[in-house]
Amino acid sequence: MSAQLQHPWYSEEKLQSVSEKLRCRETLAGTVLSLLGEPDQFCYPSIFIYGHRATGKSHVMHTLMKELELPHATVSCVECVTVGLLYEQVLHSLFGSEASSLLPRTPSLSDFVRIYRQLCSLSPSKQTRYIVLERAELLRDMDANLLPALLRLQELVKDNVTVILLSEIVWDKFRPSTGCFEPLLIHFPDYTKAELQHILDQESHPSYSPELYSAFINILLGVFYCVCRDLRELRHLAALNFSKYCEPLEEGNVKESETHKLWRNIEPHLKKAMQTVYLREVSSVQWEQQQQMEEKEAGAMRGLSAHGHVELPYYSKFLLIAAYLASFNPARTDKRFFLKHHGKIKKTNFLKKHEKTSNHLLGPKPFPLDRLLAIFYSVVDSRVAPSASIFSQISSLVTLQLLTQVGHEDQLDSPKYKCGVSLDFIRAISRTVNFDIVKYLYDFL
Amino acid sequence: MSKRKVKELHLTVGECISQVQRLLRERFCHFKLPNEPQGMESQHKHLLELLKRTAVHGESNSVIIVGPRGAGKTMLLNCVLSELLEVNEVKKNVLQVHLNGLLQTDDRIALKEITRQLHLENVVGDKVFGSFAENLAFLLQALKKGDRSSSRPALFILDEFDLFAHHKNQTLLYNLLDVSQSAQAPIAVVGLTCRLDVLELLEKRVKSRFSHRQIHLLSRLSFTGYLEAVCTQLSLPQDFPDPRFAQDWNASIKTLCEDKLVVDVLQRHFNSSKDFRSLHMLLMLTLSRVTVSKPTITATDILEASRVCTVDSKANILHGLSILELCLIIAMKHLNDIYDGEPFNFQMVHNEFKKFLQRKSHSIHNFDKPVVLKAFEHLQQLELIQPMDGSTAKVQREYQLMKLMLDHSQIMEALQKYPQCPTDVKQWAMSAFG
Repeated sequence: MSAQLQHPWYSEEKLQSVSEKLRCRETLAGTVLSLLGEPDQFCYPSIFIYGHRATGKSHVMHTLMKELELPHATVSCVECVTVGLLYEQVLHSLFGSEASSLLPRTPSLSDFVRIYRQLCSLSPSKQTRYIVLERAELLRDMDANLLPALLRLQELVKDNVTVILLSEIVWDKFRPSTGCFEPLLIHFPDYTKAELQHILDQESHPSYSPELYSAFINILLGVFYCVCRDLRELRHLAALNFSKYCEPLEEGNVKESETHKLWRNIEPHLKKAMQTVYLREVSSVQWEQQQQMEEKEAGAMRGLSAHGHVELPYYSKFLLIAAYLASFNPARTDKRFFLKHHGKIKKTNFLKKHEKTSNHLLGPKPFPLDRLLAIFYSVVDSRVAPSASIFSQISSLVTLQLLTQVGHEDQLDSPKYKCGVSLDFIRAISRTVNFDIVKYLYDFL
Repeated sequence: MSKRKVKELHLTVGECISQVQRLLRERFCHFKLPNEPQGMESQHKHLLELLKRTAVHGESNSVIIVGPRGAGKTMLLNCVLSELLEVNEVKKNVLQVHLNGLLQTDDRIALKEITRQLHLENVVGDKVFGSFAENLAFLLQALKKGDRSSSRPALFILDEFDLFAHHKNQTLLYNLLDVSQSAQAPIAVVGLTCRLDVLELLEKRVKSRFSHRQIHLLSRLSFTGYLEAVCTQLSLPQDFPDPRFAQDWNASIKTLCEDKLVVDVLQRHFNSSKDFRSLHMLLMLTLSRVTVSKPTITATDILEASRVCTVDSKANILHGLSILELCLIIAMKHLNDIYDGEPFNFQMVHNEFKKFLQRKSHSIHNFDKPVVLKAFEHLQQLELIQPMDGSTAKVQREYQLMKLMLDHSQIMEALQKYPQCPTDVKQWAMSAFG
């Protein structure tokens, strides 16, 4: 496969070593290399590379730049909280350490271009200089003129420089309103299943045969492929779960050839991993600890979302329940739910077909404070005085972000709230105070 | 083909190809100036006359060159300037100031840049200017002191002119145009912009000082002209080091340009845009396929390059989604169909997806809600769906209203191309209502 990477300028061995590092990306690397051309020739002013996460965008560019010793600056836009940092990094890696000190304290783009030109005339390039910007979608949030200027940097600084942008997002979302210099687009396609298998196969465990590892990867892809195609995520999952796969082999119950037994052993385990490790409910360290503790069932440990259960004072619980009921029930049904002698209500009128289950789909509705208190008094059995502590509990629920205040116009006079908790959460709360919330919810009638 | 190969045996093909690459790359990427701008002779003449009057006779002028992106505004100006500087007295006499709206984002920076380009730094350096206004006053003084006969004319070239109109009070534009209107040092203000309504952006006092000379660069290129341009762009010049290779190359380009397939491809490109930048991109992609082992451009090269140029990038992104994410997109499509483009939230999408699982599928895609939410968030990261309003912290993730940034045909097309798409998912997408 390495024969695909050809270039008259670079030596065979170099290209060979490059293509060894770029598994399943040889053809793409070849295309990129032929676009870049020989180092002393001009290259297109800007190149935009897009593709999904973990499709080797940064890896390919980095390997090409490093191995072929091209003068380059790699900058991740996440790090550049101000544009000044971006300029500094570019100048530093293209012209050496003292170059960036020439920049004034808060450099403008004009300063950057001026200094670049200055340095460039001091050390004229024999080779194309490359500026590789990772996570380029963040450039859109910086100064409005930065992206258009970077795209035509070659023209502005009059140097043989190429700006390469890497992003997950398509170019259409970048284009400024008054247009700009259009970059050359290169797409990095996603890895196919076979390619993923091929790449993951490389990291086989030294004490087991590669065939065994490859079978494991096959099972892993069978479980996770329809949810996740992210190579990094898959690699992480493979590393975490391989020891579990080998467990029966170590115990001596199963031979390496009995793939079906191994599959039966690992499959439920992997399914559990999808609900826990994949969602980062359980951290990788916890997951590994669990595997050591064999008697304990995986996932028995409480995940992150289980910790979402908070301990609240008695009245706060009822206030929250009242807020939930006020948010998810229509106001016209309050009489029926919360009044003892509500009289007769026609069933057909009461249950309008189109409203059924709609509130739990559309989300919480805002309600006034009066309604919250009315429901609160009706659900609490004892008599409660409307003391200052009740009202301060409401505002502390807001600071805990269990309630949210809607509209900030008047804080004291009839404020409106929304309930911001999920059904599972409120169920758990109402269970602690022996309150059957489902009976009072309109959606579940 | 075989005949060519025999010929090239006693040439060093590698060197020739390298030369070709160098030459054509300079043409496509670096936008080397052509000897004579094509198809804009009258504009060229007009601008040259105008700038000559400033440079030689000391007349103050202002002009805006308007044209779409890639129409050759900078090229025209640079051609005119290089032609102007060939005249000896002009070369000694004229000062040039190049400003770019992208770089000089406010008047203070622009002023510093003007001072620098006029080599007045030392003069300014001695004096300490307290404010922007003083600095400007000094510069204006320097410009005002001169008169028509004695002082050197200055050319102010403002690239991205429309961005200068966004500066506060348009002070810079006002002052430059004011100098050009009054009998002070002779200056010419040349603006380059791609906005046709650029005069509407100017304040009234600025507008009244502008001479209202506009040079429009609108491409009047016909397809035959376009085809010729392709041919000349790809051809090698007379002074190519290896004349025999150049001859062969040019002949092959000539036959290539008559090829039915190539003409079709170029026609398609011509229909979508006439500007030379996109043509250069196409030719650059074609050129990158020329190697030592394949030293000519073939029709398939151009075809392949045009395929790369015109590919729908969203379809590419859709191709790489997982099946779960694809199912969510189909659910969103159904919601859009049923509720006629109303925004949706995660809960509704999940509900729609669950309906599909219950009715149609054999519970193979039975995922937990958090797993589905993760897929949904990935779609949001890819900006295939976008929140209706920015306030993310206020609303729970499940209830945030979203809109789909894809259209019906894109989804269906992606589904057709999707590798190993399950049949039930496909059928679900086809069925009109979820």
